[in-house]
Amino acid sequence: MKKLLLLFPTILCALLVSSQEYFPKNDGVSHPNNTFTAFTNATIYVTPSQKIEGGTLLVQNGKVVNVGKNVTVPANATTVDLQGKHIYPSFVDPYTDFGVEKPKRQGGGRSAQYEPSRSGYYWNDHIRTDINAYEKFKFDDKKAKEFVEAGFGAVSTHHQDGVARGTGMVVALNTQGNNNERVLQQKATQHFSFSRSLEMQQAYPSSVMGSMALLRQMYYDAQWYEDGNSTTKDLALEALIAHKNLPSIFESGDKLNNLRADKVGDVFDIQYTIVGSGYEYENINEVKATNATYIIPLNFPDAYDVSNTYQAAYVSLSDMRRWNQAPQNPKTLADNNITFAFTTHDLKSPKELIAKVRKAMEYGLTFEKALEALTTVPAQILKNNRVGNLNTNAHANFIITSGPLFEKETTLYENWIQGGRHEINDMSQKDIRGKYELMVAGTAYELAITGEPGKPKAEVKQDTVKHKSNLSYTKKWMELSFTKDDETYRMTGIVSNTSDDLSGRLVLPNGNETSFRARKTGPAEEAGEEKKAEEKSSPQVMPVTYPNIAYGNSTLPRAQDILFKNATVWTGEEAGILEETDVLIKNGKISRIGKNLSAGGAQVVDATGKHLTAGIIDEHSHLALSSVNEGGHNSSAEVTMEDVVDPDDIGVYRALAGGVTSAQLLHGSANPIGGRSAVVKFKWGENAENMIYDNSPKFIKFALGENVKQSNWGSNSRFPQSRMGVEQVFTDYFNQALEYEAKKKSGKPYRHDEEMETLVEILNGDRYISCHSYVQSEINMLMKVAEKFDFNINTFTHILEGYKVAETMEKHGVVGASTFSDWWGYKYEVNDAIPYNAAIMYNAGLNVSINSDDGEMIRRLNQEAAKTVKYGGVPEYEAWKMVTINPAKMLHIDDRVGSIKEGKDADVVLWNDHPLSMYSKPEKTLIEGAVYFDLEQDLQKRNAVKKERNDLITMMLNEKNGGGKTQAPRQKPQRDFHCETDHLEEGFHTHH
Amino acid sequence: MKNIHKIFTLLLVLTVSIPVTAQQTPAPAQSEAISITGVTAHIGNGSVIENTTIVFENGKITAMGANAPTKGRVINAQGKHVYPGFITVNNTLGLGEVDAVKASMDVNEIGTITPNVRSLIAYNAESKLVESMRPNGVLLGQIVPRGGRITGTSSVVQFDAWNWEDAAVKVDDAIHMNWPNSFSRGRWWLGESRAFQPNKDYSEDIQKARDFFNGAKAYNSGQTKEKNLAFESVKGLFDGSKKLYVNADSEKEIIDAVIFAKELGIQHTVLVGGYQAYKITEFLKQNNVAVIVGRTQSTPSFEDDDYDLPYKSPKLLHDAGLLVSIDPSGSMERMNTRNLPFYAGQVVGQGMNKEDALQLITSNASKILGIDADYGTLEVGKSATLFISEGDALDVRGNILTHAFIDGRELSLQSHHTNLYERYSNKLETDK
Repeated sequence: MKKLLLLFPTILCALLVSSQEYFPKNDGVSHPNNTFTAFTNATIYVTPSQKIEGGTLLVQNGKVVNVGKNVTVPANATTVDLQGKHIYPSFVDPYTDFGVEKPKRQGGGRSAQYEPSRSGYYWNDHIRTDINAYEKFKFDDKKAKEFVEAGFGAVSTHHQDGVARGTGMVVALNTQGNNNERVLQQKATQHFSFSRSLEMQQAYPSSVMGSMALLRQMYYDAQWYEDGNSTTKDLALEALIAHKNLPSIFESGDKLNNLRADKVGDVFDIQYTIVGSGYEYENINEVKATNATYIIPLNFPDAYDVSNTYQAAYVSLSDMRRWNQAPQNPKTLADNNITFAFTTHDLKSPKELIAKVRKAMEYGLTFEKALEALTTVPAQILKNNRVGNLNTNAHANFIITSGPLFEKETTLYENWIQGGRHEINDMSQKDIRGKYELMVAGTAYELAITGEPGKPKAEVKQDTVKHKSNLSYTKKWMELSFTKDDETYRMTGIVSNTSDDLSGRLVLPNGNETSFRARKTGPAEEAGEEKKAEEKSSPQVMPVTYPNIAYGNSTLPRAQDILFKNATVWTGEEAGILEETDVLIKNGKISRIGKNLSAGGAQVVDATGKHLTAGIIDEHSHLALSSVNEGGHNSSAEVTMEDVVDPDDIGVYRALAGGVTSAQLLHGSANPIGGRSAVVKFKWGENAENMIYDNSPKFIKFALGENVKQSNWGSNSRFPQSRMGVEQVFTDYFNQALEYEAKKKSGKPYRHDEEMETLVEILNGDRYISCHSYVQSEINMLMKVAEKFDFNINTFTHILEGYKVAETMEKHGVVGASTFSDWWGYKYEVNDAIPYNAAIMYNAGLNVSINSDDGEMIRRLNQEAAKTVKYGGVPEYEAWKMVTINPAKMLHIDDRVGSIKEGKDADVVLWNDHPLSMYSKPEKTLIEGAVYFDLEQDLQKRNAVKKERNDLITMMLNEKNGGGKTQAPRQKPQRDFHCETDHLEEGFHTHH
Repeated sequence: MKNIHKIFTLLLVLTVSIPVTAQQTPAPAQSEAISITGVTAHIGNGSVIENTTIVFENGKITAMGANAPTKGRVINAQGKHVYPGFITVNNTLGLGEVDAVKASMDVNEIGTITPNVRSLIAYNAESKLVESMRPNGVLLGQIVPRGGRITGTSSVVQFDAWNWEDAAVKVDDAIHMNWPNSFSRGRWWLGESRAFQPNKDYSEDIQKARDFFNGAKAYNSGQTKEKNLAFESVKGLFDGSKKLYVNADSEKEIIDAVIFAKELGIQHTVLVGGYQAYKITEFLKQNNVAVIVGRTQSTPSFEDDDYDLPYKSPKLLHDAGLLVSIDPSGSMERMNTRNLPFYAGQVVGQGMNKEDALQLITSNASKILGIDADYGTLEVGKSATLFISEGDALDVRGNILTHAFIDGRELSLQSHHTNLYERYSNKLETDK
């Protein structure tokens, strides 16, 4: 506490609560105030579920002393009669940076920084567990006022920077007090995210999977440190250990990051509270399965301004849908029994809150859930039972309103915080809305006052002629003016409770002063009654699809029993190509292959004149990934692409349309030891976990050559910068791994190291390498390194000079060589890349496949296979194997997929023509018996996309014409990942 | 391994007949008449003639037909196919060698308005990329500078030459322009969204280009003492001797560009890219605009688009009666130009007639380039720029060339690639 007092210069102002009784006083006499304030006759919500009609709230010294229907009001109490008014607990925002300066991006140098910049702390600068919000906190009066006016009584705040962000504090928004009173919890929470620090420049981590790996390693290291194994000091780990019982809050901000955060927590039995994206409805089942409490932003997107037809064309259906669907997010969360709080953290101002909550309620959120999300749930997240409710002993943080909260007509009068009154609208001010007969200089006018009680509007009329008028009304005084025939009449007067009429000073156009009088003739007419009724009707919400973008599925495809009749079947097995053959698909498997098979209950597809093949398998793809390269270290064996599979990539659908059913999603080639792979099936619409193979074979990406030595990057401070150095990196890391394993086996305490664990798997043959490779020297080198450590390189991928060392590869025991059909010329090391590469390697007896590394080419791998026929005369049947069973073998999934064989997964494609023909295309693509692409369904989907776009555009035009806010049209950035996608600008800048 | 012997026999023949060098030596002028017999001739104008004879002398086709008498050397092409040499429009071949090696790149010049910059004099006839075009039948191309708003002056070349002077087929044929984008990406490094939003400078960018062309018009119609290279270089646009190639993709950009050129009095406009041209075919037809439509083997620009939109785009335009060719530009555009026949073949998969698809890279391209008097079709009197293929040249498996000719000169079909293929196939065989 000593530190706290030093850091907070106290602001000595009018003190309502005498919490500083032990402070010496030199500016007067002591002023203890222990009187009560009683709020009577109010509708009081003690909690969202506990409502008292005609109740009394008794407050003393900033606390609730009593609340209920029959509360005895002590004699030394000031009584406030709240007849007809409502009291609610003030809101709590569990996620803000209130009073903490926003981090500023620090300019990086030309060369990347690989070492940490701090000493005495963790090896990674983005782990900032030692940062405490209270050390950076400065009460921000202006911002506090915004929060108070929006109904908030307390917020949690922290320094929003880095992967681990240290502790957050809880502050009451009492603008009249000082920090001695306002700081409710000095260390209330600890915070995490996947985002790099803006203030620190260390290169690692540069990707989502890197951040995930870093967090895991941080927790492992903390356990190890806590067990007393470290010989050195680490203040960041000590802070993490000291805070381990504080609630952990994770800012995900993305629908997939929600799940990723939970996955990290699960390893260490940590249940994060997750700051969500606002789009949880898109994968609500997965969100529910996290069992997390959520903090939900309310930044529903504005409608796009689609009034320009050409510009409207740039807005994707998925973005339009988010405008339409996002307001339903809170309701969907509630319907699924997911506990959630609201936050204002990405609203422009807390002032927008009420309107956003109201919108969520129009979309079906109940009053009780809305109020919980602003009171009891955030209090529970912060483990603070004295905010967010009005039970005895709670902080006297409450709001007084004119009527039911969230309703449009309701005025927020006062927000009491720690027993101090913050006036928002004058509660004592009379409601002057109504119709009047106004007498001005002997002429009678009709005066109508409408609008909100606190902000009324005036209309002055003579018969049907309206005069331009202006009304302001504050602090009991009204100022009214109107202009008639270019002459302005100005009036001012006090509004008294004693009369319904208005009167006061009148200044005539000629400057003479006299008086006016307005006699009330009746209540104000409610304008736009019909319009209101219209608004009440529930809004039209488009159905969510899986994924929730164009061509998504309304229901997930399920396995069907199908009999393909009379097809030309490319088995990919010894059986070769079978003419006029039937294939029966049953229970997701290839059940029977033969002539004249009986369908049983299966649906019959006439495949006469058509070709049936196994689904295409791409050994090398970067589709369906949120991130590709973790280039912050020269080894990133600790990262796994399984962490960042993104099922919402339209590229998946397009690949299915090209007959692709499986792929290895590889890490990029930014470093010699890359990350672990995700081997997936392109199950369009399924979540990431369901796309990844069960019992997936384990792979890791290695890379050689120009990319790993950063030849084409700006930076040149990372080892290695030459092919000579690349060998040293591998040798060094494998040596370290051997030592690590020896220590682990010895039974002595060891530091669990995710990276070393992965390398040990490689050494033990439990994890296969797929190595990005170009020139013969380095290919040979890697095999020699592997031989030295007694393991084999499973796959050389790209392997463009494989034709020069094919026999050496064969002798080494390479399982597969996966190459481009004809790419070359894009960089120096592909000078000798030739399209005959596949043919020569095939002739040398290697298992060869053709890969894409490209979201375009993956759609035509059949044609790329055909290029091996053209360049080098590979027999057609063997060429076809290069995109099916051969890659299956190198991926060690050939027992399940890659050929048409009884018992294998029914991953098959029906082609309208010879599959190696330029002119053929898939009519159906099945995975495990479920149809994931169908040419006819595709046509229907196109029409549906067109129709829904049009409907949404019409709705957005209506929104704009109705005065709704709009935003400029935008086109989603397209992703186009390759291995060499620059890790700092992923998806937007490529150089092969 | 059965096939390996066949290959080696073939290789042996090739190795003996043609010396292996770093670059292939350009062929000498045609010295004797050549007759191709028994061949299926794909004329390039939409028609096909089976089992015919083609005779050419001194670089020109002199006779065609089933009963045309043979003359000179006879190539029996029974069961094979003959095509006019394929033509690539809007290419940068010879201007760049290795993307990642800056020293090897002469594709872009700095500045926004550089129409006076000429591709021809930088064209490297000995590029390893250029020689790799010939084995796939791509024999002619328009070489275009990239970069800036008005990028420069192109020329048309043939792909078997000692130097750029020999290579030139049509010198300084056109001026090229990148139309402003109506949407631009946010500057994400300044905290803006990475998404594309309406480009605030769109109108201003157009105005700058308009100011330039108006200036050029004034300059070229009067007597101005001081030389202005940029103004002079675009003179031909106004007298019809040069065409303006405008790169534009969205519907609005295309309309703006076409109207812009028309209002300026530019005689011939060719649209390049034309991603959304399919939406306004009537407009393009009325304005007599030919389209070099974007690479068919590319992904759709918008998430909501048909997965096969780029595949079928040329068909949609062709069916609407427009003159269409294929733009190979994009990632790895030079090296991938050898796939030009397959870019055309891709459209056949979408239901386009094969001979119509062939026109995309033969007669249509030659018409657009204004070289159709000599190139683009197999007709008597035209240049003997053609090749013989074992099979259907628009299909990967059929595109296997046995002979190729430019102006009757028989080309080497060897390349850096075939040389390495031979060397290492031999090594493999020897080591076994």
